[in-house]
Amino acid sequence: MRWLLLKDLRILGRSPLLVALLVIYPVLVSALIGFALSRGPEKPRVALLNQVAYGTGQIDLGGRSLDTRRIGDDFLRSVDAVTVGSREEARRLVEDGSVLGAIIIPAEVTQRLQSGLQPAVIEVLYNAEDPVKARYLEDLVKSQVQDANAQLTRAFSDVALQYLDLVIRGGRISILGRDANILGLERSEQILRAAQADLPERSPLRAQLEEVIRFADGARNNLTLADEALTSVGSPIRVRTEVVEGGGTPLGSFAVAVAVTVTLMFVTLLLAAGILAIEREENAFLRLVRGLVSRTGLLVEKVGLSAACSLLVALLMLLGLALFVDLELSRAGLWTLALGAGALAFAAMGVAIGAVAREVRAASLLAFMLSLPIAFLALVPSGAVSSGLYTFIRVVSALFPFQPALDAVEAAIGGSEGLGLALAHLAVLTLGFGVLGRLALRRFA
Amino acid sequence: MARPAPARAGGPARAEAAGRPERGAPMLEARDLTKRFGKREALRGVSVSAHRGELVAVMGPNGAGKTTLLSILAGIQRADSGTVSRSSREVGWVPQQPALYGKLTVAENLRLFARLEGAPDVEGTVERMLAQTGLEDRARERVVRLSGGNRQRVNVAIGLVGSPPVLLLDEPGAALDPRQRERLWEFVEALAEEEGTTVLYSTHDVGEAEHHAHQVVVLADGERIFSGSPAELEGAVGDPGGDFEAAFVAFLRERGH
Ligand SMILES: Nc1ncnc2c1ncn2[C@@H]1O[C@H](COP(=O)(O)OP(=O)(O)OP(=O)(O)O)[C@@H](O)[C@H]1O
Ligand SMILES: [Mg+2]
Repeated sequence: MRWLLLKDLRILGRSPLLVALLVIYPVLVSALIGFALSRGPEKPRVALLNQVAYGTGQIDLGGRSLDTRRIGDDFLRSVDAVTVGSREEARRLVEDGSVLGAIIIPAEVTQRLQSGLQPAVIEVLYNAEDPVKARYLEDLVKSQVQDANAQLTRAFSDVALQYLDLVIRGGRISILGRDANILGLERSEQILRAAQADLPERSPLRAQLEEVIRFADGARNNLTLADEALTSVGSPIRVRTEVVEGGGTPLGSFAVAVAVTVTLMFVTLLLAAGILAIEREENAFLRLVRGLVSRTGLLVEKVGLSAACSLLVALLMLLGLALFVDLELSRAGLWTLALGAGALAFAAMGVAIGAVAREVRAASLLAFMLSLPIAFLALVPSGAVSSGLYTFIRVVSALFPFQPALDAVEAAIGGSEGLGLALAHLAVLTLGFGVLGRLALRRFA
Repeated sequence: MARPAPARAGGPARAEAAGRPERGAPMLEARDLTKRFGKREALRGVSVSAHRGELVAVMGPNGAGKTTLLSILAGIQRADSGTVSRSSREVGWVPQQPALYGKLTVAENLRLFARLEGAPDVEGTVERMLAQTGLEDRARERVVRLSGGNRQRVNVAIGLVGSPPVLLLDEPGAALDPRQRERLWEFVEALAEEEGTTVLYSTHDVGEAEHHAHQVVVLADGERIFSGSPAELEGAVGDPGGDFEAAFVAFLRERGH
């Protein structure tokens, strides 16, 4: 077996094109992913119709003025905005796909905000042709509206606080252009106490005034607490929806896991299927199994060799990705475990393919044709198809190593749960495909 | 060449005249081999026996069962019934298509199989095979770059690395030009003569069987329809001095093949 291994390594070493592909492919994939990460997604093109005229967007809240036209400023920075003049133009641009969506800020927004009685409504028109970008736009609008709401809430509660302060401490306020003096609870209490002191000892009014004083005192204390409550309402939890823009944004461990697992799949399947099929193509198979090597031994050798080579490639690729992505190098042991188990399962599947195909070219073609749909199926998100079909897809995916390998790699990289289960699943598939390959080898010659 | 070349009918140097080797028990004996592929009977009760140093030609038209017979003797296929006296480990096998790794050199191919065969002196064996096949100067060349004839020589050499007492060759000369074929037969006959190796080979070439065999076995539709010396075959075919090949075809046709 040792000699066979050395022979296969030597043949690989003399197949520069194949080896170059096996090395360049993962390097290219890692580089592409790294590049994509450092660039961030494009800004979506969005039409903006702001019907609030310049100079009319001011709302006055207890002497503080707020410009509604400015509310959308942050938003404009996150998108590639196209300013349009009419609702019809906005709709047309969305319909013909030249913008992803349109945002319409109606003129009555200012008035509604000022009155505070009805909520102001902002309209959003979508073009959902590109679901990813539509989703991005949706998130963006939500986060901007949240920001605006928070700003307004703060403004409203600031005004309410001013009024409260006035009720408690008293002071001057201008109402409809006329100044008025407000007494305030503190002053009221002082006046009442003075009045109470002046009353004769036996006067029944004393007890009644005492009640009013206690009310004023209690109200003042409680309103001071309300003060704090309002302040916290004024700065509610701010939800920051992260907008991916510019470098340094960590790619989810899922994306890394997908990239590495796809590479692992291709490299292992092609290698395992190829080096088994080559024995048939060179007619050497029959010579080998005439007592020199057992068919099972031959399978084990091919599985071991291809798994070891692709494990190496996948590990190198992960290390390459670590240049772009924050990966915990301390988990490298787990990576190796997950990638190794995945490589063995893919290798077992690969030799099964090689045993069925019998020729290197046919084997490579079959490996490609099988891997693409398997990877695709495993990546279908729940909810994208009906639940019956989804269950079916899960079952089909579970029959091939991609899904469990992805789970294992994801768990190993990102620390999510289920590594043990995925490893057990891969072990079962390794055995299953090994047996299939062994059965196919009976008819190999 | 060490032994007198077997010649055409009536010649002084006929194989049996030079002493057809029939000493003691046969080196290889197969009895009543049958093999079916589905409904097709590839072999129907075929028996063969060969002695030490004997050259046995297995002849017959396409699909007669020659490859099937050799494969069963080589242990690649299992007969449905019948017995073979030797285990496959004691038999060298040279398939019709060269079974070599094109990306490895001649020496590397020989070395690999010598190791797998468990040869006691790997390098010695490689040297010996290179010398026997006259490929010393090609030892470091990759097999893909060799001519068909040289490739076939390596193919034969690999069948011999285990120094088997019996060698099976499936249409060894088919891919070779006349000059190369002649060199191959010189080599094989020397092997039988000097090493006492028993050689069974299949061929379509009547002349080849006539010149390079002590015994000819004729198969047709899975049945053995003749077995004997080339001279006996000539007698059976019954063609006095004319075109032997045409006579052989007529011989087959007479028997319904
Ligand atoms: N693996 C197989 N499956 C099915 N049928 C087979 C198989 N191998 C051989 N046969 C059939 O058995 C018969 C004998 O085939 P075989 O290859 O032994 O003939 P052959 O004498 O070597 O022919 P050729 O001179 O063309 O090489 C043929 O009819 C062939 O079709
Ligand atoms: Mg044949």
